Amino acid sequence: MRERAASASIDAIDRAIIDGLQGGFPICERPYAAVAAQLGIAENELIERLQAMLEARVLTRFGPMFQVERMGGAFVLAAMRVPEADWQRVLEVVNSFPQVAHNYRRESDRNCDFNMWFVLATETADGIAAAVRAIEDASGLAVFAFPKLQEYFVEMKLAVRP
Amino acid sequence: MNGAPAGSADAIDRRLIVATQSGLPLVSRPYHLLAEQLGILPDEVMERLARMLACGVIRRIGAVPNHYAIGYTANGMSVWDVPDERIDDLGARVGALAFVTHCYHRPRRLPQWPYNLFAMVHGASRAEVQAKVAEIAALLGPDCRSNDVLFSTAILKKTGLRIGV
Repeated sequence: MRERAASASIDAIDRAIIDGLQGGFPICERPYAAVAAQLGIAENELIERLQAMLEARVLTRFGPMFQVERMGGAFVLAAMRVPEADWQRVLEVVNSFPQVAHNYRRESDRNCDFNMWFVLATETADGIAAAVRAIEDASGLAVFAFPKLQEYFVEMKLAVRP
Repeated sequence: MNGAPAGSADAIDRRLIVATQSGLPLVSRPYHLLAEQLGILPDEVMERLARMLACGVIRRIGAVPNHYAIGYTANGMSVWDVPDERIDDLGARVGALAFVTHCYHRPRRLPQWPYNLFAMVHGASRAEVQAKVAEIAALLGPDCRSNDVLFSTAILKKTGLRIGV
């Protein structure tokens, strides 16, 4: 999917929902009702709007965000240098791996040739090396792993822009 | 670095993860529905989720917006080659900037990849991102030996974690 295609129109209530739900969704019997009350809308409207935004891909996910590191697993950023002529084949190979959680195409003004960047998520730390080898074998290209050595800041909380 | 494995995800936690990794059910009583699916009591579902939140197995429960759809059409991964002996101090200062959403020390992969500090910057345009990157460059000063900004041009996949059943 091209990113530009995702510019679905959202209104002020959708924006308030997105801003309000980047933080902690409650754990209680009727959590949607609790959030809807804070937003001043009905429970079923909140649920319908979430459904619509997920379908339109305004939201890519709604639910618990798991940190596999805390369960003995690992998240590792990895990159490949994919020749343009081979792009589609390699993309299909890489995306076919369930360990590939996210994948982005990137480009730089300085013509950096590391153009495919993905995150490997595995249940065990050993799974990363195995996934790297498997992707290299299947694609015929080198996979460069960039495990985090230190995390200085991670907070994905962006206000919706008007 | 994230902490050591808490080792507290048992078989039922695992089934709860499998049941929610693609999303929380969009029904009035989502935790009750999960309880029905797993054959446990709703209170146990809620207690287990609360415990996983408390110990960090769950970072948060919430919505992940598509940056592009909420106006952040430019997303730049700025990468920097800075001295290893200074990186923890520099990384903490770059990570503290309001517009940096993720900041990490990662290994160089010489000779192809000289950069060891990664800072993600989001903005409404590439020019806005470049202006923010210039602020990072100013902060780093002579500690920046070389740098680049890789802009994302397409989301190729975004499913998140998928563990087996």
